[in-house]
Amino acid sequence: MKQLIKSREAILTAAIVVLLGLIATRFPAFVTPGNLAAVFNDTSPLIILAIGQMIVILTKCIDLSVAATLALTGMVCAMINVAAPGVPVFVIVAVAIGMGMALGAFNGVLTWKLGIPPIVVTLGTMTIYRGIIFLISDGKWVNSHEMTPAFKALPRVAFLGLPALSWLAIAIILIAFVAMTRTTLGRAFFAVGGNPHAAVYTGINVGRTQFWAFVASGGLAGLTGYLWVSRYAVAYVDIALGFELDVVAACVIGGIAISGGIGSVGGAVLGAIFLGVIKNALPVVNISPFWQMAISGSAIIIAIAVNTRAGRSKGRVILKKTEAEA
Amino acid sequence: MLADHAADAPILRLDRITKTFPGVKALSEVQLALYPGQVTALIGENGAGKSTLVKVLTGIYQPDGGQITVDGTPVSFPTAQDAAAHGITAIHQETVLFDDLTVAENIFLGHAPKGRFGLIDTAAQRRMARDLLDSIGAEIDPDTRLRDLGIASKHLVAISRALSIDARVVVMDEPTAALSHKEIHELYDLVEQLKSQGKAILFISHKFDEIFKIADRYTVFRDGQFVADGRIADVTEGDLVKMMVGREVDQIFPKRTPNIGAEVLEVVGYSHPTEFADIGFTLRAGEILGFYGLVGAGRSEFMQALFGITKPSKGVTKIDGQIRVIRSPAEAVNAGIVYVPEDRGLQGAIRPLPIFQNVTLASLNRTPRKGFINLANEFALAREYTKRLDLRAASLDTPVGNLSGGNQQKVVIAKWLATQPKVIILDEPTKGIDIGSKAAVHDFMAELASQGLAVIMVSSEIPEVLGMSDRVIVMRDGRMVAEVSGPEMTPETLVRHAAGIAEATL
Ligand SMILES: Nc1ncnc2c1ncn2[C@@H]1O[C@H](COP(=O)(O)OP(=O)(O)OP(=O)(O)O)[C@@H](O)[C@H]1O
Ligand SMILES: [Mg+2]
Repeated sequence: MKQLIKSREAILTAAIVVLLGLIATRFPAFVTPGNLAAVFNDTSPLIILAIGQMIVILTKCIDLSVAATLALTGMVCAMINVAAPGVPVFVIVAVAIGMGMALGAFNGVLTWKLGIPPIVVTLGTMTIYRGIIFLISDGKWVNSHEMTPAFKALPRVAFLGLPALSWLAIAIILIAFVAMTRTTLGRAFFAVGGNPHAAVYTGINVGRTQFWAFVASGGLAGLTGYLWVSRYAVAYVDIALGFELDVVAACVIGGIAISGGIGSVGGAVLGAIFLGVIKNALPVVNISPFWQMAISGSAIIIAIAVNTRAGRSKGRVILKKTEAEA
Repeated sequence: MLADHAADAPILRLDRITKTFPGVKALSEVQLALYPGQVTALIGENGAGKSTLVKVLTGIYQPDGGQITVDGTPVSFPTAQDAAAHGITAIHQETVLFDDLTVAENIFLGHAPKGRFGLIDTAAQRRMARDLLDSIGAEIDPDTRLRDLGIASKHLVAISRALSIDARVVVMDEPTAALSHKEIHELYDLVEQLKSQGKAILFISHKFDEIFKIADRYTVFRDGQFVADGRIADVTEGDLVKMMVGREVDQIFPKRTPNIGAEVLEVVGYSHPTEFADIGFTLRAGEILGFYGLVGAGRSEFMQALFGITKPSKGVTKIDGQIRVIRSPAEAVNAGIVYVPEDRGLQGAIRPLPIFQNVTLASLNRTPRKGFINLANEFALAREYTKRLDLRAASLDTPVGNLSGGNQQKVVIAKWLATQPKVIILDEPTKGIDIGSKAAVHDFMAELASQGLAVIMVSSEIPEVLGMSDRVIVMRDGRMVAEVSGPEMTPETLVRHAAGIAEATL
């Protein structure tokens, strides 16, 4: 089974390579290292969000409010920057993460303490958070010229040829990998989704674990909120509208089981990259937006079909070697 | 024999513990004491409250009243981890593990060995898991995903998990129900070892032979109430049974004059790539065919294939001489074959649904007005079959998940009987069923056969196989190794064939 998970990631990697190969036949410039790095950079926010979403989905929940959380924190960061241009960027980043965690904690508490199904909770908070953006901004935009250069610079600072945005994504991938495979809380996320009943017997508090999953997802969404707003140098009510669906799609493509308990950081990252490549390549190869949607959609369904097939058990091994030798 | 002073100070003591569920008083002012270096057997019928007590002891349920003391100090266990912190560990009746985690992860979930920076030390975890599994003689790779293990192996993992906690009190709720002969003996050795380390053991079992083999003391519950306790040496099996059921039960298998009719089922050349090979036999109406073998011999896997759950690579099924293609359980039921699985949790009952809906689930489309449910008929049907199986529940509206383990099993059997099949496959039909109800299941099985039903009974209990079957097929490592009937049916033959020592001694 371990091999299977690995090979699931291998399948996805192969799919990405094939996809790049196909694109290269029509548009060779797409696969130059420089452009691939640009694609990765462009996909970084999706990767970060997909990791957060993966944790939530592992615990048998879903977070539909990620994009709204991102937009709300992004707007707050932009407004802080406008109101107090002297506040250093690292403080703003800390505020973004903290605020995202708080918004995630709100989702978590509603699920944990009130027992409301997560899909309902986050559907509600998704609208609430967008509403709050409208209230605090009066529906107005914060534009590039109002932001300080330092505020806008952080995602773009290049280091070893890659922008800071990409480096952040890489750092988060590494941290998440260690956290999910080597910490007790990481293990608890899998346990809670895999068999909540058994988790109780183990002394794991199911609700609290789900709460922390939402906090993690919220924190990552908050961080992405700042990155998004500073990168595009604009903040308004509708930024990243509908992006939560891309995030969930990335997870599904990455083999994270919607029923919980199965998934990996690698899967989520590869799922996000797969979607990122499609989104970046389709306009380049001149395919109509309608087809772009149809192709992304098919990719999701094919991914689910592959996962379900791969998850099917092959049977236990009872017959002794005589059979194999014969 | 243990000196009496060892028994003076119990490690753990329960007093006047009460636990009520809506409509059921599962425990009513019960008491229990566990002494260092002694095995206490907890005995009671299905639904007597044994597992509920275990859950109170391990912090899964909170008692409504009463007192738990450890070394004379009052304690409470708000969560499972608090109980573990007081040195109490349990092997639960239902295997509560994680299918998608590896064996090693399952064993150490919640108390994994930590290495640098407080991170889980996976290498150490694997090594320690390996050692634990070795210590109970389980040949399981710590890196296997739990999903790929059979029930017996999963149970061994659960045992290793309980042992991975450094405990002073070890609770075992029907630990041998899913194990084979060899593993059971390794478990007994382990119990001896724990005893000699001065641990207190609570051992729950419906099997009297093992109670007399390993227990030092007993405590009997009936209907959630404490009945008696004392030293095993001072009582006989009959005494215990009487305390348990409140009447005398004779354990004689029902006498039947087999009324064998025409051939109903013929199976030819059933094979599967990894699970079983070349299985073939015939079965007549009114016959009880036993399938004996060690746990893990592939009997259940074969039965599941016959029932259309897994697909065999080769094989033909004939019912009444006609070839029937069975690709799904629905087709099997249509053909007249039903299967009562051994793992009632996973494959049997739908836990949130009430008893009556579970019982009628498989026969709904046999009611006169297809597609519409007549509640009165449905209830009548459910009442008929639950009564025949002597099922005990507050009402037929109770969700099956709230029943005791043994009563859940009865619901599953009732469900399949309600479809009025031609061939019924009973997989470990009395596993985890108390002695009184066991006799009821046996009587009922005999009655079914006498009504012309062909019965296949998979069982790992030799007395049951010999007492009930007209003919026995023995399986080993996924193959049929012997078919015995008449005077050949002795415990020795079965054991020799099942363990593969028949050739050596011939
Ligand atoms: N979660 C629950 N909700 C409601 N009732 C319950 C629940 N758990 C157990 N009960 C009831 O409590 C009683 C005792 O059940 P328990 O599981 O302790 O029996 P047991 O002695 O372990 O039986 P068995 O030998 O069949 O395992 C039964 O009547 C059962 O229906
Ligand atoms: Mg029980």
